[in-house]
Amino acid sequence: MTGRLLETAPGPGFADPVADSQRAFRAMLEAIARPGTVQAIGAELTPPAPLSRAAAAALLTLVDFETPLWLDAAARQPAVEAWVRFHCGVPLVDDPAAARFALVADPMGSLLPLDRFPIGEDAFPDRSATVIVAAAGLKSGSGWRLSGPGIEGEARLEAGGLPLGFAAAWQANRGLFPCGIDLFLTADDRVAALPRTVRLED
Amino acid sequence: MSSKEPPVDPEMAARQRWMALLARASAERLEAGLAALGEPPRYDLLRRPETGMVMVRGRSGGTGPRFNLGEMTVTRCVVRLADGTMGHGYVAGRDRRHAELAALFDALLQQPEARPTILDAVIDPVAADLAAAERTVREKAAATKVRFFTMVRGE
Amino acid sequence: MYVAVKGGEAAIANAERLLAETRRGDPAVPEISTAQIEQQLGLAVDRVMTEGSLYDRELAALALKQACGDQLEAVFLLRAFRTTLPRFGASQPIDTGRMQVARRISATFKDLPGGQILGPSFDYTHRLLDFSLLAAGETPGGPRGESDPEPMPHVLAMLDREGLIESEIEDSPDAPVPDITREPTTYPADRAARLQTLARGDEGFLLALGYSVQRGYGRNHPFAGEIRFGTVEVEFVPEELGFPVSIGDVAVTECEMINQFKGSATEPPQFTRGYGLAFGHCERKTMAMALVDRALRARELGEEIDSPAQDEEFVLAHSDNVEASGFVQHLKLPHYVDFQSELVLVRELRRRAAAAPGRRETALAGDE
Repeated sequence: MTGRLLETAPGPGFADPVADSQRAFRAMLEAIARPGTVQAIGAELTPPAPLSRAAAAALLTLVDFETPLWLDAAARQPAVEAWVRFHCGVPLVDDPAAARFALVADPMGSLLPLDRFPIGEDAFPDRSATVIVAAAGLKSGSGWRLSGPGIEGEARLEAGGLPLGFAAAWQANRGLFPCGIDLFLTADDRVAALPRTVRLED
Repeated sequence: MSSKEPPVDPEMAARQRWMALLARASAERLEAGLAALGEPPRYDLLRRPETGMVMVRGRSGGTGPRFNLGEMTVTRCVVRLADGTMGHGYVAGRDRRHAELAALFDALLQQPEARPTILDAVIDPVAADLAAAERTVREKAAATKVRFFTMVRGE
Repeated sequence: MYVAVKGGEAAIANAERLLAETRRGDPAVPEISTAQIEQQLGLAVDRVMTEGSLYDRELAALALKQACGDQLEAVFLLRAFRTTLPRFGASQPIDTGRMQVARRISATFKDLPGGQILGPSFDYTHRLLDFSLLAAGETPGGPRGESDPEPMPHVLAMLDREGLIESEIEDSPDAPVPDITREPTTYPADRAARLQTLARGDEGFLLALGYSVQRGYGRNHPFAGEIRFGTVEVEFVPEELGFPVSIGDVAVTECEMINQFKGSATEPPQFTRGYGLAFGHCERKTMAMALVDRALRARELGEEIDSPAQDEEFVLAHSDNVEASGFVQHLKLPHYVDFQSELVLVRELRRRAAAAPGRRETALAGDE
């Protein structure tokens, strides 16, 4: 058995793991409970590139040794690997179908098809993946039209840098209910969510 | 006190040995060992002491497929010395200071110039005490070992 | 008519304070320390750790102190505490073959490598109350023998080498291990899920089931192949290090039962196994666990299932004393509304029955 001795120390995680992860969790909870809103995570973090502060905070908060993580090619940097292994204790998997969480740093190249991620099963729809996506920017009030649970009437959300055909792929994902993936969109220190229940139109 | 598959790397085997002994030494003892080193080493906490659990696994029949027996409390800590050397402490129980000291000694022991002194002053005495405690357990066991006599039955 | 009521806060607060006073007992008697419980009521601590599913002697002693010695309440406290801790991962499987043995006996072989070690045992005591313990005083030190480094291989391995007993072969290290604390048990259950459930199951319940097996309810002819108690090393592989780190030692008791099996169309007759493993010194518990483990293997061994101990869902669903105690004891909570509706129903049925005496039975049956 060979060790995974680190050459250099991974960058720091949360300054205050308990309070910071609770704050981040609260922001993500707000985001997924009210799709279309954009929440600030409020974490002082200097994660390794290409992780944004919000994506890094999401990993620190949600991921642990029981939730295998898939990193897309753009995120699979040695510094990122060492950082998530150290701070989250998470096993990294090569096959997105084996992941419970996925980090997509290059959505144009590796977000689609969505069905590469596990969608759960009818008896256990929670056995699905949560996908954390690096968006080029997040803005509410314009862009996609969202409706569904947690939204009174209609909400608007704009996320930059997503591939063509994402809206159609999302509609297919929504059709799988109660199965399907959930998605967090991250940019800088901000996060928005698309739970599997949300309807999305261009 | 070694892994079932012996590691190939002697450096890692040495590290596994001292980590095992650091986990079994008391915090007071490590504290005294640290004080005896003189000038206290400077270090950062890369991971502050944190208490959690490890699920202990057994094997059915002792050798068969694994199953979850139950958890144990474990405290861990990671320190970084001024030169960047990282030390890891993983110790059974809930003593945060113990985990921090174990991590600090793990880092110090990775430094070739400090190692012989610390092995001598801290690690080897712990090993000797553990060996003595194990001998006592064997002596207690030996006192209750059954010696059977075969009775000759009448013809 | 039902009116929502609130109240009882003052009574509840006082009940809690009164409990604290009762727990302390007569202040003229010195207070017991958790260290004393840990050291002098060690077997109570062991049971609480095993059924509380958390190895931490000090916490188990604290739970016992807080629970005034009520073991099930202490188990509940420990279970509640463990939910507040993060889990770092799972250990490498412990190797009971390399146990530092304090006790080791076999009821099947007189002479065995390493010998029969009685250790500290009640087995040969006369069960006469020892009045010398009423008087305070130190007991003299225990006996010591000549330290003997002879290895103590598992007894059943000797049978295994001859092919006389089914083999226990390691699973793939990558195979998932079911965890009933994370995923609800589904039936039929994996043996690994069964063993985890039994390990934290109530000793009294398992003891009764094991007894029932011996008395003929799912008889499987058990022999105590080996019982050993001692400490084993726990190794853990931190994700960031990637090699096993020895984090400490835990005391465990292991019981291996040897049971008869008459063979099948595909397998020649050989002995089969029942397995028990628990934290601390819990001999009765591990023996009962091994009996019930073997009984629950009836399906895979093609045996008829006609006894309670062989009924997987019955055994696994009712073995947890925190669940059982919670559901039984919840009956103490206010059921004012439920009971009012029953009361109204029974009054109405009686009224109808009185009005038409000849249709009494039908009315009762129909409204049930």
